[in-house]
Amino acid sequence: MASTFTRMIAGRYPAALLASLGAGTVAGGLLLSDSALFAEGKRSLYPPSADFPDLRKHSNCMAAALTPAIYARLRDQVTPQNWTLDQCIQTGVDNPGHPFIKTVGAVAGDEETYEVFAELFDPIIKDRHNGYDPRTMKHPTDLDASKITNGVFDEKYVLSSRVRTGRSIRGLSLPPACSRSERREVERVVVTALAGLKGELAGRYYGLGDMTEKEQQQLIDDHFLFDKPVSPLLTCAFMARDWPDARGIWHNHEKNFLIWVNEEDHTRVISMEKGGNMKRVFERFCTGLKQVEQLIHERGWEFMWNERLGYILTCPSNLGTGLRAGVHVRLPILSKDTRFSKILENLRLQKRGTGGVDTAATGDTFDISNNDRLGKSEVELVQQLVDGVNYLIDCEKKLEKGQDIKVPFPVAQFKKY
Amino acid sequence: MPFGNTHNEMKLKYASAKEYPDLSKHNNHMAKIITPAIYELLRKRQTPSGFTLDDVIQTGIDNPGHPFIMTVGCVAGDEETYEVFKELLDPVIEDRHGGYKPTDKHKTDLDPAHLKGGDDLDPDYVLSSRVRTGRSVRGFCLPPHCSRGERRAVETLSIQALDTLSGDLKGTYYALKNMSDAEQQQLIDDHFLFDKPVSPLLLASGMARDWPDGRGIWHNENKTFLVWVNEEDHLRVISMQQGGNMKEVFNRFCTGLTKIEKLFKERKHEFMWNEHLGYVLTCPSNLGTGLRAGVHVKLPNLSKNAKFEEILKKLRLQKRGTGGVDTAAVGGTFDISNADRLGFSEVELVQGVVDGVKLLVEMEKKLEKDQPIDSMIPAQK
Repeated sequence: MASTFTRMIAGRYPAALLASLGAGTVAGGLLLSDSALFAEGKRSLYPPSADFPDLRKHSNCMAAALTPAIYARLRDQVTPQNWTLDQCIQTGVDNPGHPFIKTVGAVAGDEETYEVFAELFDPIIKDRHNGYDPRTMKHPTDLDASKITNGVFDEKYVLSSRVRTGRSIRGLSLPPACSRSERREVERVVVTALAGLKGELAGRYYGLGDMTEKEQQQLIDDHFLFDKPVSPLLTCAFMARDWPDARGIWHNHEKNFLIWVNEEDHTRVISMEKGGNMKRVFERFCTGLKQVEQLIHERGWEFMWNERLGYILTCPSNLGTGLRAGVHVRLPILSKDTRFSKILENLRLQKRGTGGVDTAATGDTFDISNNDRLGKSEVELVQQLVDGVNYLIDCEKKLEKGQDIKVPFPVAQFKKY
Repeated sequence: MPFGNTHNEMKLKYASAKEYPDLSKHNNHMAKIITPAIYELLRKRQTPSGFTLDDVIQTGIDNPGHPFIMTVGCVAGDEETYEVFKELLDPVIEDRHGGYKPTDKHKTDLDPAHLKGGDDLDPDYVLSSRVRTGRSVRGFCLPPHCSRGERRAVETLSIQALDTLSGDLKGTYYALKNMSDAEQQQLIDDHFLFDKPVSPLLLASGMARDWPDGRGIWHNENKTFLVWVNEEDHLRVISMQQGGNMKEVFNRFCTGLTKIEKLFKERKHEFMWNEHLGYVLTCPSNLGTGLRAGVHVKLPNLSKNAKFEEILKKLRLQKRGTGGVDTAAVGGTFDISNADRLGFSEVELVQGVVDGVKLLVEMEKKLEKDQPIDSMIPAQK
């Protein structure tokens, strides 16, 4: 095969190499090392400027941070698993975003992504996490639930309480990048560990591909089942490959501790119950997490974590604690007050519909949760949520009695560690 | 993904059996053909540009298929894919293209003078006629694997070549990303506009990356000759018009294609072609001629006849709805086209459509008068 391209690289490489790239070798396929040289030749044909994405209509953190200079320096770098910049940013190129909702637009393929491509990811992290600078700051981890105060809400207003986070297994690629065997290994490691949980936390695993219709219906009724991602934010990041291979749901018999395996992260860990006892939800969350960590340690595995970025997850928005603590709360009067948004903003809380992210609220019930993930510990974030929700309920009660409410002072930003 | 896919090297640490996909619920050509032994043999290979076995088959893993509709389940990332992964793709091609063997040779014939008749399909029944094919530009990776730079280079080359067409073929290029609202609406009204793929078959293979960068539509002033750039293939070339003059449509098709090929050659580029597979395209189903010649034809009576499917099969024709692939027919009007792509020349395939549609219309007329059609049913071609 005498392609134009082969002719063009003839001038750059010794004849012996060229001969090895000829038709005879092609018929048998190249070994992977030869391909690396061919790729190098191609890179000289297409300098980074030829490949720089058109981001003029884009509104996401990646598009704001990526410059032609950064792209030129990073395009040909790879992580130790040979994951590339183009693979990190594909989702942000394919999903321009919305002027009102700034998505992140980049994902990690492995733990090293955040180092190798730091020149892009550090500004993204700063942008997304209120100025947190991974080069100079440290992220605190604190899973001591006993520190939470006033963590039981008035159930006249709070219908349910939930805390979620994610954990990644060190040494295995993340969902955008993982091969089938890596994904299956994640499943094996996690499911084996979970089988060791006892007492209130004992439970069982349902593989997505293996479950019976009856099991599926039960999981839907419990609001536990997750489905193949349809959001282009996820599908463009290669996270839905091989679905439903090695995906599943584990939950305890009490149905208040739940783990998703291989959805958007290696694991998503969720503690939840009806009612307002956020303290108990968080206690179970911390106990469960620590026990799972202990169980995987016993088998020689650990979670991805470092002191700059805390827990490492697929999406930069979930770095640090990866923690979203939230309630479903009724605020019929406050939610119609013009100051509602400002109050939430100052309390560093966000509102969502009760269907989760990207849904609208139905009636007067909102999902209220913490905005922040990185730069504050789990205990700090849950306490912030607890204090905030108590404040909102207090406002609601005041408005019920015809009293006036105040917009609170903004909650403090990071401490220096 | 572009510039080599050495990310896949790390998979070789794991045993082949651990990487082998779960195809237990699958019904596509790839799932039917692939075995653990084939997977183990081919997983170590890459094409020169870094396309790997998993890249070839990802779309077939992610789309189990349908019990009634056999999709292909694999794609090529470059011309060499068909060589490097021949142990998988040759049997897939054989299965898809009616027993076409690895040693068979494919005839190319784009001389419209060889077509007999075709200018007289009854316009009371045949509403429109269309011929389409695809072309790939040698030296560039295909849509599942190309980088943004390569895709833009294909676009630039295509615009340069098409801009020099003259006479009946003179036209304009509309880049998808620069289109005004008015231009977009006109292209929609003309049924020319293609949109970002939504089919999971295409999305899972990486063809929609960077949309709409490098994509566009070129058409002549008369709106009878149309080229899609960087959709599912580098180029899709379409000749179409209202009415039943398939001969004129095919004339323009061949003339246009031949001119475009010449213009590319003048710029030192050729189309991917070889004497075994004919024109090389992204999907194995489009190898050979890549040609689909079809009409929109009214067959309200014939389509309700119990023998309709059998007749189509004997004529080597397929039916689709008038919205194209995967749509249903509306009010007895069908899209009827050739079922084959590889192993027959362009002229042979168009001849088959011309002769076949003529027969279908005659049958329809008989059924209108309540006359029988059994004696008209042909032998298997």
